[in-house]
Amino acid sequence: MVSFSQPAIASSDELLFGRSPRPLTTRSGMVLGGGTVYPELNFTLPTMTVEPATLDQIDEHYRQIIQDATRRAAELHAPGLIVEFETVPPMTEHPDWGMRVVDILIDGLEKARDKDGLKSVLRVTPNDNREFVRPPQMRSGRYWDAMVELFERAAAAGTELLSIESVGGKEVHDDALQMCDVGQVIFALCVLGERDMRFLWTQIHAITERHGVHCAGDTACGFANTAMVLAEQKMIPRVFAAVDRAISAVRSLVAYECGAVGPGKDCGYENIVLKAITGFPMAHEGKSATCAHLSPVGNVAACACDTWSNESVQHLKLLGAMAPTCSLESLIYDCRLMNEALADGQPQARQLRDWLARSDAIHDPQAYILTPDSAVRLAKVITDAPDHYRAGKAVALESVALLREGLETDRLRIDERERPWLDTIEQAAADLPDDAEAFIAQQTPMVDPAKCDLGQYEL
Amino acid sequence: MKPIPDLTEAIKTGNRALATEATQRELDAGNSPQEILAALVAGMDDVGRRFKANEIFVPEVLIAARAMKEAMAILEPKLVEAGYEPLATAVIGTVQGDLHDIGKNLVAMMWKGAGFNVIDVGTNVPPERFVEAAKEHSAQVIGLSALLTTTMPAMKQTVDAVNAAELNGVKVVIGGAPITQSFADEIGADGFAPDAASAVDRVRDLVGV
Repeated sequence: MVSFSQPAIASSDELLFGRSPRPLTTRSGMVLGGGTVYPELNFTLPTMTVEPATLDQIDEHYRQIIQDATRRAAELHAPGLIVEFETVPPMTEHPDWGMRVVDILIDGLEKARDKDGLKSVLRVTPNDNREFVRPPQMRSGRYWDAMVELFERAAAAGTELLSIESVGGKEVHDDALQMCDVGQVIFALCVLGERDMRFLWTQIHAITERHGVHCAGDTACGFANTAMVLAEQKMIPRVFAAVDRAISAVRSLVAYECGAVGPGKDCGYENIVLKAITGFPMAHEGKSATCAHLSPVGNVAACACDTWSNESVQHLKLLGAMAPTCSLESLIYDCRLMNEALADGQPQARQLRDWLARSDAIHDPQAYILTPDSAVRLAKVITDAPDHYRAGKAVALESVALLREGLETDRLRIDERERPWLDTIEQAAADLPDDAEAFIAQQTPMVDPAKCDLGQYEL
Repeated sequence: MKPIPDLTEAIKTGNRALATEATQRELDAGNSPQEILAALVAGMDDVGRRFKANEIFVPEVLIAARAMKEAMAILEPKLVEAGYEPLATAVIGTVQGDLHDIGKNLVAMMWKGAGFNVIDVGTNVPPERFVEAAKEHSAQVIGLSALLTTTMPAMKQTVDAVNAAELNGVKVVIGGAPITQSFADEIGADGFAPDAASAVDRVRDLVGV
């Protein structure tokens, strides 16, 4: 286990898109975090059933996606291309189905390299299907076996980057979100999530070691993104979603403690905090991911990106072209702008970054805590904490403090009806026990055994 | 129906102690279970209205729903004795292949608050399980949830299974992030709800309560 006892990036001046203290060089020569922001394309099927009878049709979708996308990337002189294949659940459940697509994508990328000299790298993200059993079975069983098999075979076939949107603790976090229960959120993310991540990423790391590839990173997609979407739908307060995001960084960090080297998964909006802590390159998504979901952080999410992603888009025909190709074009233009700013020098790049941050930060609490200035503060609090639980508690309190400061200095607007929640969250976090053992003893009786088997988490 | 203001207020504010105390008090005073239920539902209606108007958040709705649930635990045996039939019985679940349940849970909560009898069959539910549950509980409504575009076809399979089972007028309502009215029309669902609060109105419209 790697321990991050202090942030790799201590000053927000250095927390910038395209540059990471610990860049990653791919086999094709792309240097992620080495001074260039690369587009990262993700895509999915149109509405259709995934079953043996449709596999040929599915192959054809992916073949066309990669052919069209690589052609457009070459035409637009993209400096390189990251392709993420995030499976749909049946493709992880049946690794043979997932591998058909992996092979098609690798073949498509190799053809583009040979024909146009396009540099590229493939990220494969199997689904975490472990929760298909209720309560989730986290460390064995057919869903576990199939997931590990897909990781192994994808790495053996030439996939350089392995990621996952893991779900350990989600069964508790879902209910905690609906009640805005800070204690259960920290329990889900910093106790259950941390334990699951440690187990899972140790296994994934062993696979990458066997094949000479990389653990890229995880995301709090099933956690803080759920909170963000619920806040967008006015189901829960935006300030709660912002605090949940800050706490989620503690959980996502565990992948890097277990050997991940980036780029962190695109939908992990907490990645800016993780970049500050680890110094590894990170994927981000924002305004050019509206094809997948809405968010209040479209610009600020680009502040520290090393790859810039569209999250996902269905393979459908739009007026311009097929949707993945249109999506890629948007990403390439976004990257061109950031790369031009980088080419002009750090002050110019920082100016663009600051515009990206300020244009969002005033409008939403989550955007505010994801600015570079906020991120380095959260990173420091997390690395200063002696364990994951205390990091979760401390970062919850720090994020509330940040939000209050933003409000008091008119750099952040918070709706009147949301403001009492700052007191509620702060009080709830402050009242939590000081040590992890007492905290676990306090929280475990609140867990519904029908939904969560604590034995799966060594509790 | 005679108003019972403090009981209605107890639900609106999520005051569990007052909700149970007032429910017991009204029963002891000889008020009809239906009148007491009406006071509880009035409280939840107000909560639903404020939620729909973006005045309150889900946790506040859940706190009210918990107060209602505790009051109902006292009231339900009396309602059964009095031969009371729920306004509607609804089966709800996330369709096969899909594990997302927050949206489904929120709809279930809103339906319960509106006085419906709700049977939650969980996530990753095969079509035949929806049919079985609807038969078993004599449901008037089946609610289907999906978040993934690749599980939307399972909604059609479920609608087809419901139709094939000839469940005597059972209405199917669908919802979820990728779902639209046109998709509901395309697969033959009876209704579509874009959010949890609207799901109550949709069922009321469909079953006429």
